[in-house]
Amino acid sequence: MSPTAAARQIDPPANGLPSHAGIYHYDQVDRDFLKQRVEQFRRQVARRLAGELTEDEFKPLRLMNGLYLQLHAYMLRVAVPYGVLTSRQVRQFGRIARQYDKGFGHFTTRQNLQFNWIKLVDVPAILDLLAEVDLHAIQTSGNCIRNVTSDQFAGVASDEVVDPRHYAEVLRQWSTLHPEFSFLPRKFKIAITGSSADRAAICIHDVGLIAKRDADGNVGFEVYVGGGLGRTPFIAKKLRDWLPEDQLIAYLEAVLRVYNAYGRRDNIYKARIKILVHELGIDAFRNEVEAEFARMPVAEYRLEPTIIDGIRARFASQPYEALEPISGVLARARLEDQAFNRWVRTNVAAHRQPGYAIATITLKPAGGIPGDVSADQMDAIADLADHYSFGEIRVTHEQNLVLAHVRQDDLPALWKALSAIGFGEANSGLITDIIACPGLDYCALANARSIPLAQRISERFADLDRQHHIGELKIKISGCINACGHHHVGHIGILGVDKKGVEAYQLTLGGSAAEVGAIGDIMGPALSADETVDAIESVVGVYLEQRQDGERFLDTLARIGHTPFKDKVYASH
Amino acid sequence: MPLIDSGKLVDDAWVRLGDDDALPAADVPVIVSLARFHKDRASLAGRNGGLGVWLASNQHPKDIADHLADFALVALDFPKFRDGRGFTIARELREHLGYRGVIRATGHTLPDQYLFLVRCGVTQVEIPEGRDPALWAHALTEIDTAYQVSVAGPLSMARLARHKTTEHAA
Ligand code: HEM
Ligand code: SF4
Repeated sequence: MSPTAAARQIDPPANGLPSHAGIYHYDQVDRDFLKQRVEQFRRQVARRLAGELTEDEFKPLRLMNGLYLQLHAYMLRVAVPYGVLTSRQVRQFGRIARQYDKGFGHFTTRQNLQFNWIKLVDVPAILDLLAEVDLHAIQTSGNCIRNVTSDQFAGVASDEVVDPRHYAEVLRQWSTLHPEFSFLPRKFKIAITGSSADRAAICIHDVGLIAKRDADGNVGFEVYVGGGLGRTPFIAKKLRDWLPEDQLIAYLEAVLRVYNAYGRRDNIYKARIKILVHELGIDAFRNEVEAEFARMPVAEYRLEPTIIDGIRARFASQPYEALEPISGVLARARLEDQAFNRWVRTNVAAHRQPGYAIATITLKPAGGIPGDVSADQMDAIADLADHYSFGEIRVTHEQNLVLAHVRQDDLPALWKALSAIGFGEANSGLITDIIACPGLDYCALANARSIPLAQRISERFADLDRQHHIGELKIKISGCINACGHHHVGHIGILGVDKKGVEAYQLTLGGSAAEVGAIGDIMGPALSADETVDAIESVVGVYLEQRQDGERFLDTLARIGHTPFKDKVYASH
Repeated sequence: MPLIDSGKLVDDAWVRLGDDDALPAADVPVIVSLARFHKDRASLAGRNGGLGVWLASNQHPKDIADHLADFALVALDFPKFRDGRGFTIARELREHLGYRGVIRATGHTLPDQYLFLVRCGVTQVEIPEGRDPALWAHALTEIDTAYQVSVAGPLSMARLARHKTTEHAA
């Protein structure tokens, strides 16, 4: 450990959690609750194994505890509240991966971690291990309010107006075992951001919240509703421009009550709130919500400032050193080492604290499986977090990790250490930073494999000079129309389809999950895996030929339209 | 159907009347559908036994808002345990309509939902035949912390985190 890092560490409290990680630190009440919840699930598993619960009855119970039945085994999805973890929690993932899985875990687009090879009888023991480090799998699936997601740069981004984590934690607590909203028509996903740049993709969530401030500095929320992907993708619509902070819970209760009462239950493909909003129209939906809200005893649901303060107080702050805003060490290293310089360009973002930086660890090595991390790599990343980032690790919805508080001086050493474990790739936001769902390798619903295709594209474009020359380009792959891989909002989206029993892929262009969300347009007939890789090559070729100074892929596409791309891709057919 | 109230198996004095069934003696409490209530209001009024109404999961509490004083019991149907509309209906009866009588869950529910039902204002549950009532009793004790307001609990968010459910689960 470097001497500076040692100086920056503080004594761990009795529970052993590094107290400077920016998570909500549990107290005894939270821990007692979690223990009881694990015991409850242990009895549910026992009842299932004893045949007292049918699989039909057990299914929603296990789903509410993150347990899916996949093609070959159970998958356990562990909640990572708004994506923030401690190094101790990550080491525990490693331990579980070794003991109960095949030695690795998989970070997902919902900022969660999944274990793919789990036995039902082991689940209670795994939940015990998770509870030891204040983690759980509560509401990571099922028709309930899911794990709330947020901006991976929360609390450190230079463009942040309000730290969304405190509100995400409010929502986590409020939604935990909610008595009224645990058997909704369908799952319900909330995302929250507090910056002008939307890194949480709020436009594709059931409810999206933007925390902001009025002229007097009061916090309030812009509320969006009815976004989602799947077979009928929608960009969320604005429900409220300003919701005062203290009404957050009351208003969300009103939204969920309208949804629970009127959401469709006759067809699971039409059961999401996006369909209700679409069928009623946003104005009629808003009227319903406002009518319910007006009837509510709002005082009883008031989110008092003291409640938020109490939660905020359980978030550690980081004891930053007073540093020069520009690091000479960093500047020299960038000049001396082109490869490092490239990594800084793509994987390092500005921190609000002078002399610090935010480092993204892309889990997308050339030819690798997006989001997969081995137990050894988890341990190594946990060590690096302890050395360089106050023992904190974050998960992004792009299946990457983030060390959010790195001294600029430490960046060269961090990059070397990351490269040594295979995660030093300078490709954040580039063409090989691919999102891919589990696809046919794991998923019973899949039409086609996603992971091997991601690997082939990643191999084809492995040359970093070329990737950097191409610039920002987001490829997202789903193995079926459920769109777990967000293909609708990929700059290039890839959807697995079944073409007369053969795996095939349909390409879309022009999607985006940024501030101005957009659903991509289908290019043309589905292609084989080989053709798909070539088609992406063609699309990139057209872009590079046509791009004008400083244009990103999306800019060129918007200027010249889709036809030149289509013509090129289908010219050889 | 076995009936659970406050976690215990209790006798059920209520008779669920089909829409064409003859009325029993005036001191037998009956539960009727909303349609029958509207059709037979005159003959249903003035019975000594209580009057209850049964709502399907797609019937809305506002349909009975004007008549709540007539009902000593409102039965809510759960056609499938996955159909969670009854939770919202129960809470609405209590919170918006101020209903103080018995709310009974009928149909398919699981013991794992019992605490949720109670917290939404349900007082009795008809459990499916052949299920172990002990599971229902136990369900009330499994988790004693709640992170949100509910109609059966402390009526304020003053502590968002952590209400003890046992303080109000009866
Ligand atoms: C292999 C097990 C999985 C199964 C069976 C599964 C199933 C589904 C289904 C049925 C939907 C469509 C829901 C709807 O539109 O109502 C869906 C959507 C989604 N799932 Fe999965 N999924 C799986 C794995 C994953 C993984 C690994 C992730 C994260 C990486 C994920 C994240 C999502 C997201 C983000 C959506 C679409 C966005 C939305 O409309 O909310 N799922 N999934
Ligand atoms: S998109 Fe389809 S194939 Fe991929 S994980 Fe989701 S359900 Fe499975």
